[in-house]
Amino acid sequence: MLYAKNKTGLVFFPAFDWAISPTHPEREERLLYTQDQVFEEGIFDIEGIVEYKPDLVTKKDVQRVHFCVPDLWAVMTESHFISAGGTKTIAMAVMEKQVDCGFALVRPPGHHANRVVHGARGFCNVNIEAIMVEFIRKAYGVNRVAIVDTDCHHGDGTQDIYWHDPDTLFISIHQDGRTLYPGSGFLSEIGGPNAVGTTLNIPLPPNTSEEGMLYAIQEVVLPVLKDFQPEIIINSAGQDNHYSDPITNMNFSAQGYAQLTSLLKPDIAVLEGGYSIEGALPYVNAGIILAMAGVDYSHLREPDYDPDRIRQTPDVTRWVGKTCEKALETWHNRVQLGELARKDTQFAKRDRKIFYDTDNINEYQNETLRICEACGGTFRIDSKAHGGKHILAVHIPRNACHHCHEQGLSWYEEAASGAYDKIYLQDCAKDVIEEKTPPP
Amino acid sequence: MIIGLDVGGTHADVVLLGEEGLVRQIKVPTNPENLFDTVLTGLEKITDGIDPGTIQRAVLSTTLATNRITQRCMPDVGMIISAGPGINPEFFRTCSDYHVVSGGIDHRGRQTLPLDTDRVRDIADSLEKKGIRYVGVVSKFSVRNPAHELAIADILGDRFDKVFMGHRVSGGLNFPRRIATTFLNASVYPIHKEFFEAVVKALARKGLNLPIRILKPDGGNMRFSASLEHPAQMVLSGPAASVMGAVGFAPQNDTCLVLDIGGTTTDMAILANGAPLLDPLGITIGDHKTLIRALDTISIGVGGDSAVRVIGDTLQVGPDRVGMAMAFGGPLPTPTDAILLLGIGDQGDPDLARKGIQDIADALGVDLMTAAQQIFDQACQTILDEADAMVRRINAKPVYTVHELWEGHRIQPRHIMVLGGPAPWFAKGLERLGNCPVELVPRWTVANAIGAGLARTTCEVTLFADTEQEVVTAPEEGFTQDISSTYSKEDAINTALSLLRDKAIARGANPDHLELEVVDAIEFNMVRGFFTSGKNIRVISQVKPGLIHGFDPIARKIENRPFIQ
Repeated sequence: MLYAKNKTGLVFFPAFDWAISPTHPEREERLLYTQDQVFEEGIFDIEGIVEYKPDLVTKKDVQRVHFCVPDLWAVMTESHFISAGGTKTIAMAVMEKQVDCGFALVRPPGHHANRVVHGARGFCNVNIEAIMVEFIRKAYGVNRVAIVDTDCHHGDGTQDIYWHDPDTLFISIHQDGRTLYPGSGFLSEIGGPNAVGTTLNIPLPPNTSEEGMLYAIQEVVLPVLKDFQPEIIINSAGQDNHYSDPITNMNFSAQGYAQLTSLLKPDIAVLEGGYSIEGALPYVNAGIILAMAGVDYSHLREPDYDPDRIRQTPDVTRWVGKTCEKALETWHNRVQLGELARKDTQFAKRDRKIFYDTDNINEYQNETLRICEACGGTFRIDSKAHGGKHILAVHIPRNACHHCHEQGLSWYEEAASGAYDKIYLQDCAKDVIEEKTPPP
Repeated sequence: MIIGLDVGGTHADVVLLGEEGLVRQIKVPTNPENLFDTVLTGLEKITDGIDPGTIQRAVLSTTLATNRITQRCMPDVGMIISAGPGINPEFFRTCSDYHVVSGGIDHRGRQTLPLDTDRVRDIADSLEKKGIRYVGVVSKFSVRNPAHELAIADILGDRFDKVFMGHRVSGGLNFPRRIATTFLNASVYPIHKEFFEAVVKALARKGLNLPIRILKPDGGNMRFSASLEHPAQMVLSGPAASVMGAVGFAPQNDTCLVLDIGGTTTDMAILANGAPLLDPLGITIGDHKTLIRALDTISIGVGGDSAVRVIGDTLQVGPDRVGMAMAFGGPLPTPTDAILLLGIGDQGDPDLARKGIQDIADALGVDLMTAAQQIFDQACQTILDEADAMVRRINAKPVYTVHELWEGHRIQPRHIMVLGGPAPWFAKGLERLGNCPVELVPRWTVANAIGAGLARTTCEVTLFADTEQEVVTAPEEGFTQDISSTYSKEDAINTALSLLRDKAIARGANPDHLELEVVDAIEFNMVRGFFTSGKNIRVISQVKPGLIHGFDPIARKIENRPFIQ
C-alpha cells in the first residue's frame, strides 16, 4: 500500500459541462485527460490523499476582494462559485489541520482577475486565490501570506489586488511580458508606495527550461520567503510553462513541476492555466499531487519527454541569472525604494488603462492612494469601462490605521452619487461591504 | 423452484422458493474447515423429497475465497506488468513473481512505448520453470487499448493453466486496482474451480443436476461457467445477500437504510427507490483494493453477541464477539443478555444473563436494569451513528459537473429495514432512538438466503469511442470496431446496450426481462488548434442489482403467509 508522507487534500472539479466557448482553451475537455491519468494512477487510493467536494463561495467572500460591475451576478457564473469555493474548501481542510497541505484542481482559473471586475480577462472573472486568502484571513486570523505564481503568464490580477498590501508577498515567475499576454510583470513592478518589494516579478526569457525555473525558485523565491516569514504559502500552479503548451514558449516539464513543488512546499496549490491538455496536464497534475503528498515521483514523466531536446541555451541561462540577481536586489533594497516612492507626498495617484481580452472591454482607472507608514493605505478607484459603467470604489485595508479608515469612510460618504453608476465601499477593517446607487 | 444458500460465519441458511412462496427453510452449521461439506449438506437437505427437475437454479453465496485470501492461503501466481511512465509500479507488487516490463499506452489508448516482447518471453520461461500455473497480465490504460495485455497473453500461449488479463476485470480506470483484481483472479481461480466442480459432481452423483449460480458482491448472480473467468468476483457476497433479501420489501419511492444485525457484526447498506447503492470504485478484500463491483456496504462490530465490558468507567459494546451470550452459556455479557433482562427478548436463561449484567452494573455503579438499558441503548445508538456517518460519506462524494454540484442531490434515509437473528429486538431500540420508522424484513432470519435466491443476473459495460482515431472499444468485452467520424453519442449508447444485452444473457439473465440502463453517457469535443478534431465519448451501462422478474407474487406470499413446512 502506498502512503502519503504529507496528508494531502484535493478538490478536483473539472467542470465537465462548462466552457467559455466551444473551441476556447478553457473548455469542457480541459481536465478530461488529467482525470483519466489521476484515476488510472490510483492517486485517490493513496493512503493520506483525501478528496473533498467543493463548497460554494458566498457573496461576501467575493465582495471582500472584488468590486463587481455592475454587480456580482453579472460577473460570476455557477462554475465560478464552485471553483472559488473549491479553493475555500481546501483552505478550510488545511487550516483546520485535517490535512497538511492541499491542491485545488479547479477551473475556471482566476489570476488575471483584478480588484475591479468589468468582465473576463485572460479567461478569468474572479480571483480564486485572493478570495481564498481573504477568507483565510477572516476565518483564521492569518496575517502574513505569500503567493508564488508559477503560471507562464504574469499573474497581473493577483498583483493588482495585493499591489498595496505589505502583508501579502506576491512573486510571479513567468515568460517575459514582451513576448506573451498580458504583457506585464516586468522587474520594475515592485508594488505600490506603501508596499514596495512585496510584489516581485521574475520575467524569464522564452525557452527557459527546468534548469532556469528551478534556479529562480532556489536563488530568489526560497530566500525571499525565508526573509518574509509567511504564515502560509500559496502556489498559483499554472501549468503552461510546459514544453508542449500551445500558447506559450517555455520548456518546463512534469518532473520540473514536481521538483518545483517539492522545493516550494506550498501549503495550498491552486490550478491556474495550462492548455496542453493531453501532453502536459495529465502528467504535471499527477506530479504536483505526488510531490505535495511526498510520494516518490521519479518514474513520472511525459511519454515524449526528452531532456536534451528541451535543454536551455547558455544565453537563456545567462539571462535567467541576471534577472534573478535584479529581483533579489529589489528585495534587499525594498526599504529604501519604498521611502523613495513615498517621498513627502500625502496621496499617490496613478492612471491606468486595462484591457479585458476575453470580453473585449477597455477600462480606464484613476486611483488615489493615501500614503501611509502605518498600514497598506486606503485607496479609491474611479473606474470607467468604455461603453460601460462608471463606478467609484473605496477600499479600506484590513489592518487600516485610524487615519486611513477615516479617510476611506469620508471618501465613500462624500462621493456624489449622481456622478457614478455605483459607489462601492470595501471596508476590510470592519468587514463591511456597502454600495450606493444614484436615485432613479 | 429456486434455491438460495448463504454461508455465514456460524451457519448456512438455505431456502427453497416456489410459486407458493417460501417452501422450505433450513439452517446447517458452517464447518469452516470443510465448506464443501456445509454446502453439500445444505443442498441435499433442502432438496430432500423434491424433484430436482423442478429446480431452475441454485444460487450460492459462500465465503470460500474470502477465507483463503485473508488466510493468505493461495497458490503462487505470476504477474507481468507493463506500466509506462507514472507512479513506480513496484509499489503495487502483489507477489514475488511480479515482473515489470517496458511498454506504454496513454490515456487515449495510443501506444507511447513498444512492449519489450523479448523480456516477456524470458519471464514466461522462468515462470514455467518454477512450475507456476496461473498468470495475471496487466498494462496501464489497457481498458483504453488492451494491445499490450493481448500481446503478452499471446506470448504466454497455452504454457500455463490460465492467464487472466487486466482489461477483462472491469472497464474502470485504476491501474493499481486492476493489478490487485487480476492477481486475485489468478490466485483464487484454482480453489474456486475445484470447489464448485466438486459440488456439481457430488450433487450429480446423487442424481441432483442443479444449475448452479454464484452470488457476487454487487447483489447479482452469474452462471458457474461464466464465473470461471472472474473468480475474484465471487468473493465477499455475504452482505449483498442480506441487502437483496430486503430489496423486495423496501419502499420503491424513498430512501431506506438496511441493517443486517448478526451475532458479531451489523452490515449496512442504502436502498434508493428500491435499488441498492453501489460502491463507486470496488470492494476491498483484505489488503486488496479491487475493481470488483459491489454494493456500498459497511460492517461494524456491533451485534447481538458483542462482548460488553467496562473499560475505566466507560461502557464498551463490541467490537468483538468472544462467544455466545451468557444467557446461552457464553463467557461474557452481551446485548442479548440485556435484551432478555429488559423483557424485549424471551430466549435464554435469565439467571445467567442477570449474573453477567450485574457485573457490568457494579462496575458502572448503577442498578441492574439501568445497566441493561445502557447496554442496549449504546448498541442501538452506535449502529445509528455509524449509519449517519455512512450517509454523510455518500453525500460527500465529489461530482465533476456544474449541473450535478448545483443540483446537490443528497440522500436521507426515511425508513430502516432490519434483518438477521436479533433484528426484532434491536428494531425496538432503533425506532425509539432514531428518527424514522423501523420495519422488520419478512423472514428476517433467512432473508439473506431468499435474497441470494431471487437476485437477478447483473453486469456492466464500459464503452469508449474516439472519433478522431475512428475507433469504438469496450476492451472488457473484447470488443473493438472501426467507426466513422460521424459516430454519435446515441450510436455509442446503442452499441453499449447491445453489448450489455449479450453479456447479460451469456451470464444467465432472462432475455425476455432485461433491465438495462445507461449509468453515464458523456461526450467531449476534442479541439486541436481552433478546430474540432473529433469526439471523445464514454458510456457506462449496467443491469442494476434487483430481483428477478416475476418475484412479486412470491414476495407477497412470503410476506403474508406462514411458510409451508
